[in-house]
Amino acid sequence: MKRVVITGAGTINALGHSVPETLHAMREGHCGIGELEFRDVERLAIRIGGQVRGFEAEGRFNRQQMSLYDRFTQFTLTAAKEAIDQSGLNFHGELAAKSGVVLGTAGGGVSTWDENYRSVYEEGKNRVHPFVVPKLMNNAAASHVSMEHNLKGPSFTVSTACASSNHAMAQAFSMVRSGMAPVMVTGGSESMLCFGGVKAWEGLRVMSKDACRPFSANRNGMVQGEGAGIFVFEEMEHAKARGAEILCEVAGFAMSSDASDIVMPSKQGAARAMAGALADARINPGDVGYINAHGTGTAANDKTECAAVADVFGRHADSLMISSTKSMHGHLIGGTGAVELLACIMALRDGVIAPTIGYEEPDPECALDVVPNEAREAKVDVVLSNAFAFGGLNAVLALRKV
Amino acid sequence: MSISDRVIAIIAEQAVLEPSDVSPESTLEDLGIDSLGLVESIFAIEEEFDISIPFNANEPSQSDFDISNVAAIIAGIEKLVAEKV
Repeated sequence: MKRVVITGAGTINALGHSVPETLHAMREGHCGIGELEFRDVERLAIRIGGQVRGFEAEGRFNRQQMSLYDRFTQFTLTAAKEAIDQSGLNFHGELAAKSGVVLGTAGGGVSTWDENYRSVYEEGKNRVHPFVVPKLMNNAAASHVSMEHNLKGPSFTVSTACASSNHAMAQAFSMVRSGMAPVMVTGGSESMLCFGGVKAWEGLRVMSKDACRPFSANRNGMVQGEGAGIFVFEEMEHAKARGAEILCEVAGFAMSSDASDIVMPSKQGAARAMAGALADARINPGDVGYINAHGTGTAANDKTECAAVADVFGRHADSLMISSTKSMHGHLIGGTGAVELLACIMALRDGVIAPTIGYEEPDPECALDVVPNEAREAKVDVVLSNAFAFGGLNAVLALRKV
Repeated sequence: MSISDRVIAIIAEQAVLEPSDVSPESTLEDLGIDSLGLVESIFAIEEEFDISIPFNANEPSQSDFDISNVAAIIAGIEKLVAEKV
């Protein structure tokens, strides 16, 4: 079994257009959630979200690329460039032949579906652009990353709703750990902030109209975000041999299925995923200093997640920190675990724990140290990143300081 | 603008060339337009003239629409536009 490290990170989300901007915002407890701006927003009951602002695709991409890149692909390529540039890797020869891309997305090109349905149903047009299919397909982003960076090994897209990018990163990790690939580019992206995307979520009645307040007694739902988080997972000896800067080690993971309900979370499923990740990484529960929570800000998730943490960690649950950065960047659905992994890297590397902002009232059912409202300096050696999806599909990653 | 000028403008944009660089004898291959570029050009032409071009990318040579060079494409479109009226 090989050891796996992260040698590059990239992102774009409501908190920033790069990793340094995002980490700065997390440290400062900035809120990237605001009034949504897009066509027909006035017909929505939910009008807030963590929208990426000031991102001009024109100028970054040429005309032909623009006709092929949905916004989720644009986000992915932007974040992938940052991550691969940081890693210093150039893919050619044997390295290119073996290295691939595994990305998560729940919806793929949602705005491409939305715009073209609008055009044929509402506007009555009978002709759509020829690239609608290659633009909206869920694997478009992974394919464009492989083309842009000459990654010729195993590449595919994982779609498990809100756990998509954690499942994707778990796949990438196991491929590098097994020796199948020396390097995998992984993470996820999502861009559902368009009329149809938000309208669909609105129907479920789990969205907040004013703020995402995870673990707070007065929490009233989730808030959607958008963006991408992309990482370079590399076999440790490969990284050391070329003198690469190592951000942290990916130590293990576990996946579990609740096998119970399509939307309600299960304490047992979440607990089995966390305990499984610790066992896979051979980590003592008492060594975990921080958990990046799934922490959606819904009534059901947060209390279930806290109960699962208490089950897995016993008395140590009271001494570890757990925060939800969704309070700042919103819930990026299939891309969320990837952006949240940045908070894990910040905890391990910089000794800064990102806060849960918007925290107003303690909830006895969420009685853990949720790092309320202000970032905290703390030395931690091991962290977990949770993702628990609709459909009861859970994926937890364990990371360790190097 | 004549139909010919409008078609040449669309093809030139697809090829990232000036319209003056697109001659009636040019083939799409000469202009560097690949199969995706071709379907995109056909879409743009359909939009411009509000016509439907009988073209199947699986068997371009069997389609009832000659794309052997720019002049053939223009002639085909002039015919479709005339039939529309």
